[in-house]
Amino acid sequence: MTTLTAKDKDTVKAFWAKVSGKAEDIGKQSLARMLAVYPQTKTYFAHWKDQSPDGAPARKHGITVMNGVADAVSKIDNLTAGLLELSELHAFTLRVDPANFKILAHNMLVVMAIMFPIEFTPEVHVAMDKFLASLALALAEKYR
Amino acid sequence: MVEWSEQERTIITSIFASLDYEDIGPKALSRCLIVYPWTQRYFGAFGNLYNAEAIKTNPNIAAHGIKVLHGLDRAVKNMDNIKATYAELSVLHSEKLHVDPDNFKLLSDCLTIVIAAKMGSSFTPEIQATWQKFLAVVVSALGRQYH
Repeated sequence: MTTLTAKDKDTVKAFWAKVSGKAEDIGKQSLARMLAVYPQTKTYFAHWKDQSPDGAPARKHGITVMNGVADAVSKIDNLTAGLLELSELHAFTLRVDPANFKILAHNMLVVMAIMFPIEFTPEVHVAMDKFLASLALALAEKYR
Repeated sequence: MVEWSEQERTIITSIFASLDYEDIGPKALSRCLIVYPWTQRYFGAFGNLYNAEAIKTNPNIAAHGIKVLHGLDRAVKNMDNIKATYAELSVLHSEKLHVDPDNFKLLSDCLTIVIAAKMGSSFTPEIQATWQKFLAVVVSALGRQYH
C-alpha cells in the first residue's frame, strides 16, 4: 500500500485547491484522451450509443469520475475507508480491470500538465502520481 | 512491421522540427529522476541528486537529458525500421548500462508530460495518441536485444 507522507498530502491538497475550479474540464479531457489514446478502454462503454472521445456520454462520465477524485482528496487521510462504496461498485458491478486505473491516471496527469504547466512541477507531479496510485489501490480493495 | 499513416509521420516530424532539445531534454530526465527516484540508480557518477532542486540544477543531468533526446532523432529519420535502428543502442542499454527496460516507459511518460506542458492545448488527443505510439515503438526496440 503506497503511503502518502504528510508532505504528499499537503502538496496534493494545495494543488487541488488551485485546480478544483477546472475539475470538470480536467475530467472531460482525461476521459477523452483515455478513449482516444487507449482504444481498448472503449470496451467498458459498449453500452453508449456514442463512444467518441468528445461525445456527450464521454464528457458526462469524465465529470462523474473527476467528482470521485475530488471526493477522494477530501478523504485523503483514509482512502480505503472513504472509498469503500466506490470500491464495491468497481469490484462487483463495473469490474474494471485495475490496469485501467493507471491508464486514466496517466491521462489526468497529462491534462494537468497542459492546463497548469507552471504549477504542475516535478514535485507536484510525484505527489499527484502517488495520490492517484493510492486512490487506485483503494478502488481495487474489494476486488478479491 | 509498424505501419505509419502520412498524418502520423507529419505529426512526429513536426514535433521534432520545433523541439527545443536544450529545454525539453533536461526537463524530461530530471522529472523522471524526481517522480521515479529509483531511476537515480543509473546516475551514481553524476554528482548531487540529493533533492529535487539539486536534480533540476545538475549540469550533468541536463547534458544527459539533451543527449537522450537527440537519441530519438534516429527513430524519427528511420520510422519504418526503428527496431533495426536501435539494435546497437539496445545492446548498449542491456550489456553495458544494465538499465531495467521498464524504466524506458517511465522516462517516456515524463517526456510526454513535458511535451504536453510545452505544447498546451495543441497537444490534442490525436497528437497524444501518435506521440505515444511513436514512443512505444522506440521503447519496444530498445528492449529488444535484452536476454
